[in-house]
Amino acid sequence: MQLTNLTATEVVAGISARKFNAEEVAKAFLDRTAKLKNLNIYVHLDDEVVLNQARDVDRRLAAGEAVGPLAGLPVAIKDLLCVQGEPTTCGSKMLANFRPPYNATVIEKLKAAGAVLYGKANMDEFAMGSSTENSCYGPTLNPWDPARIPGGSSGGSAAAVAAMTAPVSLGSDTGGSIRQPAALCGVVGLKPTYGRVSRYGLIAFASSLDQIGPFTWNVPDMALMMEAISGGDPKDATSLPDAVPAYSQEIEKRPERLRIGVVKEFFGEGLDNEVAVAVHNAIEVYRKLGAEIKEVSLPHSKYGIAAYYIVAPAEASSNLARYDGTLFGHRAKDFSPADEAEKDLPALVRMMMATRAEGFGAEVKRRIMLGTYALSAGYADQYYNKALKVRRLIRNDFETAFKDVDFLIGPTTPTPAFKLGEKAANPLAMYLSDIYTITTNLAGIPGLSMPCGLSSEGLPIGMQLVGPAMSETALLQAARLFERETDWHTKRPNI
Amino acid sequence: MSTSANPPYTMIVGLEVHVQLLTESKMFSWTGTEFGLAPNTLCDPVNLGMPGTLPVMNGKAFNMALKTAIACGCTIPRYTKWDRKNYFYPDLPKKYQISQYDLPFSLGGSLPIPADKEGNGGKTIRLTRIHLEEDTGKMVHTSGQESEVDLNRAGTPLMEIVSEPDIRSAADARLCLEELRLTLRYLGVSDCEMQEGSLRCDANVNLHIDTPAGKVATPIVEIKNLNSFRSVERALLYEADRQYKKWKEDGLTISDAPKETRGWSDPDGITKLQREKETAADYRYFPEPDLLPVVVDEEWVERLRAEIGELPRERRQRFESTFGLSPYDANVLVEQGKDVADYFDAVVALTDQYKMASNWVQQEVLRTANADGISVADFPVKPAMLANLIARVGRGELNNQQGREVLGKLIETGAGADIDQIIEAGGFKMVSDEGPIREAIQAALASNPKAMEDLKTGKKKPDAVKGFLRGQVMKATGGKANPALVGQLMDSILAELEGGA
Amino acid sequence: MTTDEVAKVALLARLRLNDQERERYAEQLSLILEFIAQLGELDTEGVEPLAHGVDRTNVFREDKAYPALERELALMNAPKRSAEGFLVPAVLD
Repeated sequence: MQLTNLTATEVVAGISARKFNAEEVAKAFLDRTAKLKNLNIYVHLDDEVVLNQARDVDRRLAAGEAVGPLAGLPVAIKDLLCVQGEPTTCGSKMLANFRPPYNATVIEKLKAAGAVLYGKANMDEFAMGSSTENSCYGPTLNPWDPARIPGGSSGGSAAAVAAMTAPVSLGSDTGGSIRQPAALCGVVGLKPTYGRVSRYGLIAFASSLDQIGPFTWNVPDMALMMEAISGGDPKDATSLPDAVPAYSQEIEKRPERLRIGVVKEFFGEGLDNEVAVAVHNAIEVYRKLGAEIKEVSLPHSKYGIAAYYIVAPAEASSNLARYDGTLFGHRAKDFSPADEAEKDLPALVRMMMATRAEGFGAEVKRRIMLGTYALSAGYADQYYNKALKVRRLIRNDFETAFKDVDFLIGPTTPTPAFKLGEKAANPLAMYLSDIYTITTNLAGIPGLSMPCGLSSEGLPIGMQLVGPAMSETALLQAARLFERETDWHTKRPNI
Repeated sequence: MSTSANPPYTMIVGLEVHVQLLTESKMFSWTGTEFGLAPNTLCDPVNLGMPGTLPVMNGKAFNMALKTAIACGCTIPRYTKWDRKNYFYPDLPKKYQISQYDLPFSLGGSLPIPADKEGNGGKTIRLTRIHLEEDTGKMVHTSGQESEVDLNRAGTPLMEIVSEPDIRSAADARLCLEELRLTLRYLGVSDCEMQEGSLRCDANVNLHIDTPAGKVATPIVEIKNLNSFRSVERALLYEADRQYKKWKEDGLTISDAPKETRGWSDPDGITKLQREKETAADYRYFPEPDLLPVVVDEEWVERLRAEIGELPRERRQRFESTFGLSPYDANVLVEQGKDVADYFDAVVALTDQYKMASNWVQQEVLRTANADGISVADFPVKPAMLANLIARVGRGELNNQQGREVLGKLIETGAGADIDQIIEAGGFKMVSDEGPIREAIQAALASNPKAMEDLKTGKKKPDAVKGFLRGQVMKATGGKANPALVGQLMDSILAELEGGA
Repeated sequence: MTTDEVAKVALLARLRLNDQERERYAEQLSLILEFIAQLGELDTEGVEPLAHGVDRTNVFREDKAYPALERELALMNAPKRSAEGFLVPAVLD
């Protein structure tokens, strides 16, 4: 038996049934990770730290102590989730030496559930990007085709599962950063309802949009992970206190209602034909399963990217201001005046400017500039306030649509994975790869991407299911229904 | 404390007061708020602004601020939210301060300030708004090249109270601040110690100058670093004088120059221009996404209103109307702090000698407590004992002088003193027998012929002479004679003498 | 967006940019802003802005203090420190 081929549910069941132990599992994944180093999936991975956690699970099992529902399950962690005492760098030179003295709430929950915290996965710097090329550690390669990007910003987390270097992983999604890489890497990715999972310890990109979610091979694994990480948190005022359903049990039921809306705007110009065909095939699967299929319209969705690229950079410009060389992170060694203009500035200001120039990459700087501009005196009404109103209209669109249907369906991305460097020179083109995912972040509703096909080049294609706020149970049920009729979730890259 | 007589201008002052709230923990995190601890020993990941951390609003801080606003008669909007005020400074860990911008929790309101003996005060200062925010840390300026950052204070709940420019003199500014402190202490929302920075004040000031061509306004100056009540008054007087002189020199008015910030230097007694920031302030306010808005309903406001109790201004009024005290006496008892007024209330609950109680609390009790550096709440003679003593004086068992001496003994003895025993042992019994007093009066008249002479010739005022003679009688009786009886008998004896002459 | 505007925003954001970067950002940000300008097509008169991810209100915590972080942990990520605090280039008032 190849341990690294197992799903999370199989790993947990196997350890619990003593078919193999946690240490064997950890070792198998560590060995495979070592062999696939060229994919550049992990930015920090300490074998001993991983093995010690696994051994501790084995010891507790042997002693008959209570272990959690994820006992012995290795979970790869996007490198923006704080793990106490471990490097947490956000793919940025700015935080190259940062070790938080606290755990993110999801990390506490994983530990309580008996999970083994695996390596820290690569990402676009501060989660800004759609290809994982904006990492100070270099890009992660797509396990299906190493000439291509894995998507982003959680590209490392998606590739970690796709390459079978970890059975599951955690990422974060601000505009599509879980769903887009999940689609491009052929795995399941869920961006939960905003507030479903605590953000405490998630290093913020855009606070009103960020949400943590898992990458898994299938829906039962997703349910297992969501049960472990969801729930209200006294440390996050924006988390939702609603009880966490027993997702793992619920998913085997058929959703109460199955009216599916096909979003007209998501099948327009720019959509790759193979992707369109794959998603239409998926819609047919649902039709055969008795779903009522309706066309719906989200008339303001075409403004989603524009609104997002004001709201997210505005919040980011503020969230990232703290990286200025004063209290933590990088500080420039030389901050003598770089030009005439700087000669009038106090040393403190020059230190901050030089630090941020050295510590941040180009995309982060670009967004800080954009956000600062959008909030600055004289422009806030034209840009920021306008974007917030459009955000309301976008949410209203969804609310209207959900009066008639229970879920929305569409492609997750316009195309399968693109080539490394293909969009690096054109920021706007890169932004457009999140066109189908970004509106759900603006509306705060859940979206799930799951495999629904392979392109003629053998690249994964993902479809997105979107539901109203707090509809995760039904969303997972609908996804499970599809999964039982198809085998796309069993396809693995040939590496 | 006044400048040249009747300067040809009016001082226009508005205050911005920052008050630290008396909570156990910080505004947004679970660490304490004690003052004076070693640097950076009162921090947590949230108040350090560490990556990934999130603020959660302290409910008590919000209630305290709301209570203050209700007590000041402010309008409480139904909806309020938090905003980020973005600026780079090392003592601001997140490089944004969580504050309130366009929708503060409180608007309007007012603070009536009492009149003092010199005729200052006696008016009502309108408030613009009150909002909640978090305090910053502190910069310790060490050696030449570097500064040290101490973040213990960062995240302490801070309430900002902004007044309208309704203040017209330095003395009124001080009175306004004092009344605010008293009110906040009554409400129990802040200890308002300026020395410790739990009450901080900035003042916006300019002048309206009368000229033949009409009224001219000078540029507005914001004065910072006002760290005592005295410095508020001094700085405003200095600044008014400076602005007037400057205007006479350059003639610049409010429309010619932007608002400038000046720091008060207490040792030098002057305000100094503060270095202009390298970039114009552009705080880029936007709604704080990590904190949710607050909706305050009528029921919440009423619940807090019921908790407020009597405010200083209401107490003064009650002291005047119920106990017949003068506005001045009522104010002295109230302005000294809640424990003094509580003490007085406890005394007058047990005796109807209100005026005497007022005098004794203002004089004997306050003087002794202040001299011993103790609070009136810790005064060794408890209100019941003082009421007992005052009642005896009122009934004529002791005269005033004896009462004071008995009080001295009671203070000396401290807790557990037995007033009957002290009176007995000290022989403090007022002599009200006419015989011995008559004898003493006659002896005094006989041994002071010059006084008698003055009285006859009218060389001195009769009251003065009689006062002198009464003093002699009191002395002769060891202070025990009933002063009222002494006066009464002396008058009748003198009248007899006069009639006989 | 002109290079002068870029320089102004960069100072506000505390980013040191060289001439080349100023020019590149002026060009790229102009393109992005042009794209964003499509928001102007929409009539948003009377639309309530949506700033938060959730609709809840009135979330408070209890006023309770727990032990502070040990100072060594508070200072462990400081780029420069003394025994007691964070050190930064001197600020003069």
